[in-house]
Amino acid sequence: MFRLTESPRLSEFERKVLPHLDAAYNLARFLMRNEQDAEDVVQEAALRAFRFFDDFRGENSRAWFLRIVRNTSFTVLKKNRPDETNIAFDEELHGGQTPPMDAGVALDRAQDRQSVRAAIEQLPPEFREAITLRELEEASYKEIADIAGVPIGTVMSRLARARRQLQLILSQTK
Amino acid sequence: MNHHEIRELLHAYADDELDLVNVREIEQHLRACDECRRIEEQIRALRHALNNDAPAYRAPARLRRNIRAALRREAKATERNFSPWFVFATGAAFALILFVFVFFQTNRASRGNAIVDQVVDNHVRSLLATHLVDVASSDQHTVKPWFDGKVDFAPDVHDFAMSGFPLFGGRLDYLDGRTVVALVYQRNKHPINVFIMPATGSSDSSPALSNRRGYNLFHWTRRGMEYWAISNLNEAELRQFIALLAR
Repeated sequence: MFRLTESPRLSEFERKVLPHLDAAYNLARFLMRNEQDAEDVVQEAALRAFRFFDDFRGENSRAWFLRIVRNTSFTVLKKNRPDETNIAFDEELHGGQTPPMDAGVALDRAQDRQSVRAAIEQLPPEFREAITLRELEEASYKEIADIAGVPIGTVMSRLARARRQLQLILSQTK
Repeated sequence: MNHHEIRELLHAYADDELDLVNVREIEQHLRACDECRRIEEQIRALRHALNNDAPAYRAPARLRRNIRAALRREAKATERNFSPWFVFATGAAFALILFVFVFFQTNRASRGNAIVDQVVDNHVRSLLATHLVDVASSDQHTVKPWFDGKVDFAPDVHDFAMSGFPLFGGRLDYLDGRTVVALVYQRNKHPINVFIMPATGSSDSSPALSNRRGYNLFHWTRRGMEYWAISNLNEAELRQFIALLAR
């Protein structure tokens, strides 16, 4: 009786933030590497974002929301699977090797969606994040830096290393 | 720029992240350098493969529905939007008095209910999303200082491991529109969440039991602090724990 039927804060949130739900899920799905965890993370992140929506002053609601999603994902990853959040380990595994000469040629033959997804999932989480944001969400280096909370230089080197590993993995699956 | 510097910038070049001056210099170098051209082609081939196979996931409809529903509940619990013109429009003193009466009755009841729901939601969420604690420690001297500067009050933190209720850790949570302290205790396999916030009134109240969705909740006020304890632990054992906490 005394309450407006729709909260204006909620409708503003739904207008500004919820359009980025696909991007949020995509990022969480690649970071968590399974559906259930990704859904839990996105749901938790959406509630957090709504609670802190008053703090949102910026222009870029996608970067703002994705930052919350990635932080929630990494909190869960660090707590539940600490061994996965160790870049050094993976670097040792794949490091030093460079893609073979015909890597580009191999990639020309269309990869199927599943093997590309599987290849991305083999990367360490920070690299999965960089690749997902850059290649699938078409985020700029600046946006990726904002979301991941690292300098642009770090984004650049992560992308370079991530692509090198990805080429290597994809050329090996051929 | 030399060959090595250019190699470093090839990704930024392929991503259109460079300014015109650098772009010109790199294009010039690419015409002359086979190795860099090969690397650049590989980057483009990879990008092409990624774009072609569209490996991006889309949010399932179920998730979208769940989030909308959760947001509605959250908005309902935390926001009370009373339209101010209504108050003025009533005009007549009688209507105003009636309104005030009704307002206080329903608001008190619904605030109480809304908080109980929030306590249950917070508890369930802390278990579901595996975000049980921000600071994991059974040491009260670690947990208590962790809250310094994060909330504007200092909660009492005690470990009751000797009595079978070890402290598991603490985290920040959000209740009734405020940032509150959540302490987590463990009884066998049952987590207990204790929410602590400054009380709105000044009078102490003794622990009162309620049940909601299969959980037992105790609520009390002591020395200016309001406490909510919730668990799926049986009532007798939870009561035992409350006795320690409210001592």
